[in-house]
Amino acid sequence: MTVRQRRATFVLLIVGGVMVATALALSAFRENMLFFFDPSQVVAGEAPTNYPFRLGGLVRDGSLEEVDEGLMVRFSVTDGTSEVPVTYEGVLPDLFREGQGVVVRGTLREDDVFVAEEVLAKHDENYMPPEVADSLRTTKPGEDRR
Amino acid sequence: MIGELGLFALVLALVLALMQAALPLAGAHRGQRQWMAVARPAAVGQLLMLALSLAALATAFLQNDFSLAYVAENSNTALPWYYRLTAVWGAHEGSLLLWAVVLGSWSVAVAAWSRQLPEIFVARVLGVMGLVSVGFLAFTLLTSNPFERLTPVPAEGRDLNPLLQDPGMIAHPPMLYMGYVGFSVAFAFAIAALLGGRLDAAWARWSRPWTTAAWVFLTLGISIGSWWAYYELGWGGWWFWDPVENASFMPWLTGTALIHSLSVTEKRGAFRGWTVLLAIVTFSLSLLGTFLVRSGVLTSVHSFATDPARGAFILGLLILVVGGSLVLYAWRAPRLAAGGSFGLVSREMALLLNNALLCVAAATVLIGTLYPLALDAFGLGKVSVGPPYFEAVFVPLMLPLLAMMGIGSLVRWKRHAAGPLARTLLPAATATLCAGLASLWWLGEVPPLAALGLALSVWIAWTSVQAVADRVRGRRRRWQALRTTPRSVWGMALAHFGLAVFAAGVTVVSTLDLERDVRLAPGESIEAAGYTWTLQSVRSTEGPNYSAERGEITVNRDGRTVATLYPEERVYRMQSNPMTEAGINAGLFRDFYVALGERRADGSWTVRIQLKPLVRWIWLGTLFMALGGGLAITDPRYRRLTERARLGAEAPA
Repeated sequence: MTVRQRRATFVLLIVGGVMVATALALSAFRENMLFFFDPSQVVAGEAPTNYPFRLGGLVRDGSLEEVDEGLMVRFSVTDGTSEVPVTYEGVLPDLFREGQGVVVRGTLREDDVFVAEEVLAKHDENYMPPEVADSLRTTKPGEDRR
Repeated sequence: MIGELGLFALVLALVLALMQAALPLAGAHRGQRQWMAVARPAAVGQLLMLALSLAALATAFLQNDFSLAYVAENSNTALPWYYRLTAVWGAHEGSLLLWAVVLGSWSVAVAAWSRQLPEIFVARVLGVMGLVSVGFLAFTLLTSNPFERLTPVPAEGRDLNPLLQDPGMIAHPPMLYMGYVGFSVAFAFAIAALLGGRLDAAWARWSRPWTTAAWVFLTLGISIGSWWAYYELGWGGWWFWDPVENASFMPWLTGTALIHSLSVTEKRGAFRGWTVLLAIVTFSLSLLGTFLVRSGVLTSVHSFATDPARGAFILGLLILVVGGSLVLYAWRAPRLAAGGSFGLVSREMALLLNNALLCVAAATVLIGTLYPLALDAFGLGKVSVGPPYFEAVFVPLMLPLLAMMGIGSLVRWKRHAAGPLARTLLPAATATLCAGLASLWWLGEVPPLAALGLALSVWIAWTSVQAVADRVRGRRRRWQALRTTPRSVWGMALAHFGLAVFAAGVTVVSTLDLERDVRLAPGESIEAAGYTWTLQSVRSTEGPNYSAERGEITVNRDGRTVATLYPEERVYRMQSNPMTEAGINAGLFRDFYVALGERRADGSWTVRIQLKPLVRWIWLGTLFMALGGGLAITDPRYRRLTERARLGAEAPA
């Protein structure tokens, strides 16, 4: 190939590659993007039903209960004003505790129970997921949350 | 006292870094030999001061000197001495100091092993590395001083994050930093070449071993991090597409592209501008990684502090480095001569495709990592993209890359007629087809994509062995031919073979692994994956700085015990966080992996049981890749002073 042709190939490959990547990325984004909602938004009906999203807040004190002989548990996620009941079947993470921040991924059923597929609690007792900290700040102004 | 000594050494290091940056660069510009000669001694002096500073911090940790805020935050008298030592880089301030020490070490390494390079070039390289060092030392001193005093002095420290109390943490950060910072050498070589206007095959030959060395360290660092996450986090995953992991993976992808593009520049003189650009991009991505991890933009195990000043500083540094070098590139690159021409079927073409695919892959990772951050920053909602996104974009890009790899190792430079090439590839293609069909038939229900993954592993393994074998076949003296095969060819074959092992491991573990969450009372059993898993007992034990519930789980098959696992649920006294220690029985073909969850009211435990076939191949493969890279560096031709390199070496541009 001559220098000119090679340059052209080069440019074509890069442009083509970027286009393929953008197409791939955008379609993957559309399918896999997860929105975050806090309990107040869920109660207000802003969150979709039967479509995956993430819900974050604090595990309400005294809300954790075992449902059956298996692994199913139920707890409530609250932001101080509203709360959403959550069910989860599986091993809870190490740092899952009542009164602590969590982010759960799953879908909201028609009966307004959130069915979690994944429960995340992070690795520090002082840690609060940033989204949770934000939503607490907006719903309870004036209170300092670190 | 020890704190002040460390701080003083750090300030002196900054002064020396300033000298290392300013004098040689100015000297190279004005042709002043004495100024240029400052580069080497300044680099050595800087490293000495940095080492002294690091030693001071380590001493403070060993002596439990809680008058230093950093020590009080991250250590404890009950912490074993070796973890007190690794706690030095267990958090933000100390890890920055380590960054600086690593950079200093690379500078001294360049200073020591560059006798065959022109003086003016070395001066520029060390000058640029000095500039980077100035940036980082200023950052450390202004925003994250590890020697800050704490009053009143606490009697006891807060202890190191339990997750980091682990042998994997001893090696992971230094290795990763060696990789990240190592690309600063490739970057400095690129900038020096742009400054001097000398960018040719000899330049690529000088740059190659350094770039490969950085790549080897980064490969090992990422791999150790993945291994650590696998056994320490208790989820049994080996890669989470966590933004922090992505931050180290992006420079790896472009760094891999860079070592391949450098080979074209060295052998054929082509791709010059592209190679320089890749070197700049790779180092910028290393800096971006540091920024993402250290600024607190991301919250994860890795991000220690959330301090806007730090984020702003690194962002400024990043813009300066990226912006400055791209401007220099735009100014100088048009002068670069074009290299030799090549045909459509040629190794150049294969490597061009390799580069395009790797860079596109890096771009998709970048988009997936930054897009949610950007949305959040502009107040457009909080979204996250998880592993499904990355798998959806990554797999379609990697499959053609793997296919291209097999051709790339065997196709000739410049031009290779399609017919003969097809004949060369025929045995490998046949083997690949057989492997694909066999895995479809043998493994029964595997998805076609998995069969394709296994087939491609065979394809790469076969062609990488053939890359060496073809040099021997038909020769009269086979042993001789094998011995004279250059080490870089051996290195390439080994690294590619490693990728084949890695790909096979990833394919198998992601399609055939088994995971079940169960609830077991002591004495109870469960059948899973053809094995009987029995929770024999759960007992309390005491560690040096934690208490634990220790389970004993036996795995039986046909009445025979194949493994006994001891998962623990630990509570560290100072931080009172519960933490899972998984019980793992490792094997070349499968791992048994169990983790304890929590104790339920009736005394039973939730347990996560996993069987992970071929999971060890993932790290075995990366080890081969790193060994291959190491072998390539030792190729004697990098140390030979070529006539071309000597010619015109003294002429300042």
